[in-house]
Amino acid sequence: MTAADEDSIEGSQARSGAESLHKSLEPLLASKEMVVFCGSGGVGKTSIAAASALAAAATMPGKVLVLTIDPAKRLADSLGLQEIGNIETRVPQTAFTAAGLEPRGELWAAMLDTKQSWDALILRHASGPEAASRILENRLYHNVTARFAQSHDYIAMERLFEIHESGRYDLIVIDTPPTRNALDFLDAPARMAEFFGGRLLRWLTLPYRVGGKRGARWLNYASKPFYQVADRLLGNQFLEDIAEFFLSFQEMYEAFVTRARAVERLLHDKRTTFAVVTTLEDGPLHEAELFCAELEKRNLHLGCLVINKVLPSYLLSHSGVQAADKLSVNAESVAERLAATCGSPFDDTARTVRVLTTIGESFRNFTVVARRESELRSHLGRHGEVLIEVPAFEVDIADIDGLARLAEFLLPIERTV
Amino acid sequence: MLRAPDLLGRRLLFFTGKGGVGKSTVTAAMALLASERGKRVLVVEVDGKSSIADRFETAELSFTPTEVYPNVFAMAMDTEASLKEYLKLNLRVPIVGGLGPLAKALDFVATAAPGVKEILTIGKICWEVRESLEGRAAWDLVVVDASATGHVVSQLGAPDAIRDVVAVGPVRSQTDWMSALLADPSITALNIVATAEELPVAETIDLVSRVREQLDVSLGAVVVNQVLPALFTRSDEVVFERLCGADAREVLGIAAGGDVGVVLEAARLAVSLRTTRATHLERLRETVDLPMLFLPYLFARSHGLRETRLVADALGAELGL
Ligand SMILES: Nc1ncnc2c1ncn2[C@@H]1O[C@H](COP(=O)(O)OP(=O)(O)OP(=O)(O)O)[C@@H](O)[C@H]1O
Ligand SMILES: Nc1ncnc2c1ncn2[C@@H]1O[C@H](COP(=O)(O)OP(=O)(O)O)[C@@H](O)[C@H]1O
Ligand SMILES: [Mg+2]
Ligand SMILES: [Mg+2]
Repeated sequence: MTAADEDSIEGSQARSGAESLHKSLEPLLASKEMVVFCGSGGVGKTSIAAASALAAAATMPGKVLVLTIDPAKRLADSLGLQEIGNIETRVPQTAFTAAGLEPRGELWAAMLDTKQSWDALILRHASGPEAASRILENRLYHNVTARFAQSHDYIAMERLFEIHESGRYDLIVIDTPPTRNALDFLDAPARMAEFFGGRLLRWLTLPYRVGGKRGARWLNYASKPFYQVADRLLGNQFLEDIAEFFLSFQEMYEAFVTRARAVERLLHDKRTTFAVVTTLEDGPLHEAELFCAELEKRNLHLGCLVINKVLPSYLLSHSGVQAADKLSVNAESVAERLAATCGSPFDDTARTVRVLTTIGESFRNFTVVARRESELRSHLGRHGEVLIEVPAFEVDIADIDGLARLAEFLLPIERTV
Repeated sequence: MLRAPDLLGRRLLFFTGKGGVGKSTVTAAMALLASERGKRVLVVEVDGKSSIADRFETAELSFTPTEVYPNVFAMAMDTEASLKEYLKLNLRVPIVGGLGPLAKALDFVATAAPGVKEILTIGKICWEVRESLEGRAAWDLVVVDASATGHVVSQLGAPDAIRDVVAVGPVRSQTDWMSALLADPSITALNIVATAEELPVAETIDLVSRVREQLDVSLGAVVVNQVLPALFTRSDEVVFERLCGADAREVLGIAAGGDVGVVLEAARLAVSLRTTRATHLERLRETVDLPMLFLPYLFARSHGLRETRLVADALGAELGL
C-alpha cells in the first residue's frame, strides 16, 4: 500500500467487499482450457486477451493460442499476424526476450477471418461439393453471413470449438467481436440454429417445396398474405431467390444444429471460463453487470472480472487534493520563493505561477473523474472469484512490451527490463 | 485549415463513429444548439441504447417523437414500427393474419436480403426530411445518432442495394428520391465522431475512404471529441521539469504542507496522455481532408443535460457561431 491509499477518500469502502477475491488470473489460466473475454467495445478485450495469453506462455509450460478478433494494426503486426486469414502463427522467442521475458511455454496467435471460416463451415456441412458451391455462389450467401447480427459471434465460437477439438493447444484464449450487446454472443448458437431451421423458414419456403419453383403458391392459405404484400413490395423474382437459398441451406440443417449444440456444450464445459472486461464508465459497466448476471443465470462459469483503465488511486487522496489546492492558491508566493531559492528557469515568476495553477487545476480535474469512477466502483456487486484492476496506461498497448506491462497486472511475472 | 462547415444550414445530419466515442453526446449537443438558434429539430436514435434520453434527462424514447427540450423532438428507430407506417401509407392490401406474423416474416427475409432492414431505417429518416422540405412536416433539421462505423455504410447504401435486387414495384421507385436527397450536399451531411485514439482514428480514416468509394452521400465534418487540454507550452515544460527536481520540490512541499509528489505525477500523466493522443490526431489530420471540429474532454461528475449544453457551446464556437 502506498501512502496515497491510506488516506484514500472513498477507496477503502470500495475495496472492502473485494478483500476475499483473488487478484490474479493464474488459477484460471493454469486450470482452464478456454478463456473467453467479453465486454463492451473499446474496454480492452483484445488487449487483455492477448496479454493473458502472453502471461500464460511466460509463466507456464505448454502451448497457448490467442484467437484475436480486431487488433489494432500495430498490435497485429507485433504478433506477426497478417491482415487476413485464419493462419495460426507462433510468436518468436526473440519477441519475448526483447520484452524482458523468459517464456516457459509457446505463444501462438491467430486472427479470425469470418468469411473464410464460413466458407469452411459450408464445405464441411454440405452434402457434396456441388451443393456447397451452390450455396457459396448464391448472392444472398455473403449477405447473410456478413450481416446477420450473430454471424460473427457464432463463427468465433465455431472456430474456438474447432481449434479446441484439434487438441493442438493446452490453453486457448479468445477475444470476442465488438457486438452492440455483449449478450448476443451467448445467444449466437441458438439463434443460428433457429435461423436456419426454424418454423418460419419452413413456412416461407413451403410453396416452393410442395409445388416446385412455380408451384401452387396461391394454394398456401397461411402464407398468402405475406406473399401478396412481399410480391407487391419486392417483386416475385426476389422471393424466389430467397427461397432457393434457404432450400439449399436446409439440407445442412441437421449438421448445423448438431454443431451448434456441440459449440453450446463446449461453452458450458467446466474447462471453459468467461472473463468480463469493463472500464469504470456508465455504459460499459452496465453492460458488464448484465453480462455477469446472465452468465450466472445460464450456469456458465464466470471466472473473472477485469476492470481496465483505472485512474491512479492517489487522485483520491486527501493530501494530494490539499497539496494541489495550496499550490494553486499560493502560486504567487511559491513562485517568488522558487525564484529566490532555485534561480533559473524560475526567474519568470508569471510563467511559474501559470505552471503551478495549471498543475493544481489538472489535478482537480482528474480527481473529479477518479471520484466518479470510484463511486461507480463502489456500487459494483461481486462477480466471480477473481477481480483484477488494470491501470490506465499513458501509452497505447501496441506491442509485446505493452502486453507484458499489462500482463504484470494480471498475474505475477518475472521481467528483466 | 478548412473553414467551419455550415452544418446548421443543412436539413439532415448523421453522426457516426466507433462505439463509445461520443456519437450520442454530439448528436444531442447539435440538436440543442440548433434549437437555441431557432430551429425545430427531430433527433433520431438509430441504435436504441436510450443514450439520447439520458443526454436530455428525459424518459425513454419511442417511435413517436416526443419533445425532450424546447423545440427538440426525439424518437427511437424501430424497424417494425417503420414497416407498419410504410405499409399503411403505401399499400391497401387487406392483411388477413394481421401485421404480426407478416412483420416477423419480413424481418426474417430482411436478414438475408441486402438492404431491406436498412431501408426501413433510412427510408423513415429520408421521409421525414422530404416531408419537411415539401412543407408537410415541420422539421427544420433532422439529426441522426447513427449506427457505428461498421454498419453505417450498408445503412446509407440501402437505397442503392435495394435497386440492385428489386426490379420493380413501389419500393424500387422510392429509392430514387432517397438517393438524391442523401447525395445533395445542401441537404445532407454525414459527420464522423472520433477521439484522438488509435482505433477511432483508424476507423475514421477507413470510413472516409469507404464512403467515397461506395456511396454517393455528402460528407460533412470530423468531430474530434474528448480532446484533453494542453497543459504546457515548451517553455512551461522546462519550468515543470525543474519543479520536479529535489530543491524545487522542497519549496513546494513546504508551501503545500506535505509531499507534492502525487500532484506532479498527476500532471506528468496528463501531459503524456495528451502527447500519445497528439500522434493519433496528427495521423488523422494528415490523412483526412475534411473540416475538423474539436470538442474538449469534460471533467464532469455525470453526463446529463448540463454537460450536453457545455458540449453544445463548444460545438457552436467551433462552427463559428
Ligand atoms: N466531450 C466529452 N467529455 C467527457 N466525456 C464524454 C465526452 N463525450 C462523451 N463522453 C462520455 O463518453 C461516453 C460515451 O459517450 P456516448 O454515449 O455519447 O458515445 P456513443 O458513441 O454514442 O456510444 P455508443 O457507441 O455506445 O452509442 C459517455 O459516458 C459520455 O458521457
Ligand atoms: N489499461 C489500458 N491503458 C491504456 N490504454 C489501454 C488499456 N487497455 C487498452 N487500451 C487501449 O484501448 C484501446 C481499445 O482496446 P482494445 O483492447 O482494442 O479494446 P476492445 O477489444 O475491447 O475493443 C486500444 O487502443 C488499447 O491500446
Ligand atoms: Mg477488440
Ligand atoms: Mg450512442
